[in-house]
Amino acid sequence: MIEAVVQYSPQLLHGLGLTLVVALGSFVVGFLVAVVLAPAAVYGRPAVQKLIAGYVGLIRGLPELLVIFLVFYGGTVFLTWLVGDYVEVNALTAGIVALSAVSSAYLTEILRGALVSVSEGQWEAALGLGLRRWRAFRLVVLPQMMIRALPGLGNQWLVILKESALVSVVGLEELMRKSVVAAGATHQPLAFYLTAAALYVMVTGVSTLLINAYRLRLTPHTR
Amino acid sequence: MSIELFGPAFLAIKNGFLLTLMITLASFALGQLLALPLALALLSRKRWIRHPAATYTFLVRGSPLLVQLFLVYYGLGQVEAVRDSFLWPVLRSALSCAILTIGLNSAAYMAELLAGAMRQLPEGQTEAGQALGLRRSTMLLKIVLPQVYRAILPAISNELILVMKGSTLASAVTVLEMTAAAKAFVTRTYAPFETFLVAGAAYLLLGAMFGRLFRSIEARVAIPSR
Repeated sequence: MIEAVVQYSPQLLHGLGLTLVVALGSFVVGFLVAVVLAPAAVYGRPAVQKLIAGYVGLIRGLPELLVIFLVFYGGTVFLTWLVGDYVEVNALTAGIVALSAVSSAYLTEILRGALVSVSEGQWEAALGLGLRRWRAFRLVVLPQMMIRALPGLGNQWLVILKESALVSVVGLEELMRKSVVAAGATHQPLAFYLTAAALYVMVTGVSTLLINAYRLRLTPHTR
Repeated sequence: MSIELFGPAFLAIKNGFLLTLMITLASFALGQLLALPLALALLSRKRWIRHPAATYTFLVRGSPLLVQLFLVYYGLGQVEAVRDSFLWPVLRSALSCAILTIGLNSAAYMAELLAGAMRQLPEGQTEAGQALGLRRSTMLLKIVLPQVYRAILPAISNELILVMKGSTLASAVTVLEMTAAAKAFVTRTYAPFETFLVAGAAYLLLGAMFGRLFRSIEARVAIPSR
């Protein structure tokens, strides 16, 4: 049992690397989208606010696997129609696009909540001191908003790390897929799925420690 | 996009819908059932009770549900002792494996939620119970749990929707629930947008129904005039 896992360990570690790439990529892309959407959801026109609320509600109600299938199969059909020739969507792109779409919705909610919780007085004081709107936002509101958003962001990172396993169903060779292949080849499913679970727990465990350490550094007064 | 495909797509996923509903409700019920004893274990003063429970929730919450599902369905069958045990008829079927795994997974999240809510309960509540000379079980049933469950009702409704979304993973272990049915229809007809739109609408509808159900329960158990 152990020998089989040792034999496949380079493969598994390679898969783990890709898992981190997918998770990190989706988190960063989702965050960049959320950074634009969250202020728009608070300060934008009513129509914009409705649109963003609709997007968030839609994504939160749909299973992640369905979104992945939709992007993977739908992307192929869409690009084939667009180009006029058969184009297959690459699993890595499809995975990151799908998970980014999912995470951007949750991250928008997290950032929106954090933004709303910064009191109006902070804005008024900053503007009263003669700061322009953008500087007031960047220097006064944004730092306070980020501290409040941090627990939610940490949670979302853990969620996306685990959700990245779903991309294995469209054939992306990340940790889960590598484990499935190895389990099939060696007829040792128990060993490989236990190893995969242990690797995921390791990454989420280390992430939790780092997030907590960072939060304590940002907010020493809450210690 | 062709409108005439919506009808066949709907028929193709109809049976999957019932299976999705069944997996969701069964896993949710199992999760809720196991969450309470697990939460009490998490809050126990005895270390040999608290630590195993904390380890369980750490491991379950730290790894993907898909890995857990594969571990239970493909992994456990490899162990001879499991194959000989009375549990084998349950673990042999993909459907019951899916329900069991999603239920056990949900129980870990729910237990942490419940334990957190119990810690938040003001000391005075249990002190008053003690002063009245109530037994611990009475106190739990009449004082602690009603307040805790009322406080976390929105989170329970969230959990039900998460379980519904988790039920799609059963498709990865050969269960033909709604997502699997939709995917099978896509490979036959090559119409991903129509099919997944119908399936997505069904999930949204189901989620909205669950949300509404819980809001009506919330309204019913709310403390008046607050």
